[in-house]
Amino acid sequence: MDIVSTGRGRMAVLSASGRLNMVAAPQLKKAVDEAVAGGHPRIVVDLSAVDFIDSSGLGALIGGLKSARQASGDLRISGAGEQVRTVLGLTNLDRILKPYADIEEASHGW
Amino acid sequence: MDRVSPRAQLEAQTTEGIGKLIGLRVVAVLTLAAGTWYVTWRWVWSVNWHNWWIAVPLVVAETYSLVDGYLFAITIWRMKRRGDPPPPPEDATADVLITTYNEPVDLVMTTARAALAIDFPHQTYILDDGNRPEMRAAAEAAGVGYLTRGREWEGHARHAKAGNLNNALFQTYGEFILILDADQIPKRQILDRTLGWFRDPDMALVQTPQWFSNVTDSDPLGSQAPLFYGPIQQGKDGWNAAFFCGSNAVIRREALMRLGIQEYVAEVDAAVRTALRTSGRILDRARRQIRKVDPSAASAVADVRRGVETALRRLDAGEPVADVTYDVQETVRAASREVVSDDLAGIRRDLADIGVDLAEDVGFETDPETGIPLAQDEILDELTTRDFSPLGALEAVGRIMRSVDVTRGEEAQPVMPMATVSVTEDMATCMRLHAAGWKSAFYHEILATGLAPEDLGTMLKQRLRWAQGTLQVLLKESPLTKKGLKSGQRLMYFATMWSYLAGFAALAFLLAPVFYLLFDALPVHAWGLTFLTFFTPYFLLNQLLFFIVGYGVKTWRGHQYSLALFPIWIKACVTAAANVWFGRDLGFIVTPKVREGGRQRFPFRLIWPQLTIMVVLVASVIVGVVKLWTGSALTVIGVGVNTAWVAYDVVVLSVIIEAALYRPPEPDQQAGTVPQEART
Repeated sequence: MDIVSTGRGRMAVLSASGRLNMVAAPQLKKAVDEAVAGGHPRIVVDLSAVDFIDSSGLGALIGGLKSARQASGDLRISGAGEQVRTVLGLTNLDRILKPYADIEEASHGW
Repeated sequence: MDRVSPRAQLEAQTTEGIGKLIGLRVVAVLTLAAGTWYVTWRWVWSVNWHNWWIAVPLVVAETYSLVDGYLFAITIWRMKRRGDPPPPPEDATADVLITTYNEPVDLVMTTARAALAIDFPHQTYILDDGNRPEMRAAAEAAGVGYLTRGREWEGHARHAKAGNLNNALFQTYGEFILILDADQIPKRQILDRTLGWFRDPDMALVQTPQWFSNVTDSDPLGSQAPLFYGPIQQGKDGWNAAFFCGSNAVIRREALMRLGIQEYVAEVDAAVRTALRTSGRILDRARRQIRKVDPSAASAVADVRRGVETALRRLDAGEPVADVTYDVQETVRAASREVVSDDLAGIRRDLADIGVDLAEDVGFETDPETGIPLAQDEILDELTTRDFSPLGALEAVGRIMRSVDVTRGEEAQPVMPMATVSVTEDMATCMRLHAAGWKSAFYHEILATGLAPEDLGTMLKQRLRWAQGTLQVLLKESPLTKKGLKSGQRLMYFATMWSYLAGFAALAFLLAPVFYLLFDALPVHAWGLTFLTFFTPYFLLNQLLFFIVGYGVKTWRGHQYSLALFPIWIKACVTAAANVWFGRDLGFIVTPKVREGGRQRFPFRLIWPQLTIMVVLVASVIVGVVKLWTGSALTVIGVGVNTAWVAYDVVVLSVIIEAALYRPPEPDQQAGTVPQEART
């Protein structure tokens, strides 16, 4: 999996691609922590190029949400595809993390 | 010293076929028929109501045993013998996690080296909850991964072994996870023999037996559990309810992680709802108080009250929790700004109050034992009955809502895949996996050998902990009502929990003959032939059933201990109930894997209840015989039946004396190292 991080003011966009699974999860968590530490606590994780996510990947998103909120920021997700939305539904995580259509919608109000 | 080879134990156990299963079912049905017939006769015709104080406890205890018999019969009804496993799934990846807290470095490294040598490709990690530099050095020297808790755990509930595993789950990435206690030395083929069962995509867990290498043939401490790691687990497997026992098991990471996320969502959702309902009550009260005096503030409070109501409705409609709580917090902030311009002195006074009472404690706290966020009803009640000024009420609501934010700030990790609801994390986790629709398997081949406790004190602590943990799960997440479980699975969990109530029944069984022999208190109407006609078939069939089920394995020790440990079972029931219902401390015990040094004296302190009852039993028989001799009220058959009964009790209880006198042979090497046999 690849993660590209782009900072815009207090916000950062993390664009992930490929498989966000148990192998990639620590990488994502690290990228979020780095963005928060770098002064970008408002984070959008863009999943439009992610074709597979498992529960470990979701675990990394929750871990990232915690880091961001502790720094008075937030973590939102955008561009979730079919498979990602299915897993979000299966775990009920869509009760906590709302899948936004794109980066614009996710960062609305920031 | 004799040691039974694991292979011999295993083969003795796995020779039964379909014929045996049918035979077993026939005997089980006959046993239950005879038992039901007997217990019915007892209730309807033979209870001596005149001596109800002993007659009723006795017949209740007998009924308890019959129910136990039904649960046992259901367990073995579908005994599942798994043959050779299929080969591991292609491209499977595996981690071997060795959990340790304070075991000697040598012992852990023996396990770690055996783990490194496992044939199937894997990563090996030592999870050192003791955070010991010498353990780290040894792990690094051997090329084994070394994981400890990070700084994020400081000041948070640690959850013992469950927390240790949860921590490691986020630092490792194998698809399958073999969990080993520090003393459980794996065989090379352990992964090759277990991973194949995961070809079933719904399989979450494969448990293998626990077998101890440091136990003598006579096993005075009753460490081996061949009946459990055999017919009982095979029976549970038949109902898709094979238990996870904490070690020597392989778990599918995806199952565990998905469980962790589902639990996280459920707990956040529940905490947020409680917070909203409390906030609603606080606001209602504040509004009633100021409606007349301060209409503008009242309308601000009313706005927030509506916001809270809307939030609850939106949650019910399935809207994301994060958005809903964010909006409530925004509403509170906006309303507070409106009210701020009003009575400044009142506000300052309120803020001071809140500073004292609410800065730390807003009605939600973390259970120190389990780490689950708990609504503190007394504080929440107090908050809802307090006279707040409008701003004070809004501030209280704001703080409550922040305290149940979606990050589970009270936990070191928001996601806790291993259940932390009980001190026996394995059973609780397994039950949640089953409730979520996953499967589990018991594969009956000894693939790791461990070390059992070697002295009575340690053994008693271990049994107490298992019993407490099991009962905690029963009381907190009853399998009879837990959503998602199949009825067979409910019964399998309930059967294990039911068996831990045996201590109370044991008291009745032990004391009834005493009361008869000493005080002529007859609990039944007749000891005569009628009694024997009803009782004998039940008794004999029951013995036959156990003989068939346990053919070739030693079940006598287990049988003895289920009666002889009655004080432990009673203590477990009392402490677990006090813990769950009244929040009392359970007193967590890490089971030491090595014995404490020095000469041990006879442990009167640990087993005085059993010794006392044995003395009383023997004395009663003497008194009874003397009474008979001198022609008192007792009958020959009454004294005969009760003497046989006492003799049986004393023989069963005597195991505890054997255990107290037991001194393990000195190991060849220094204390704490593993006997040579275990390495093969």
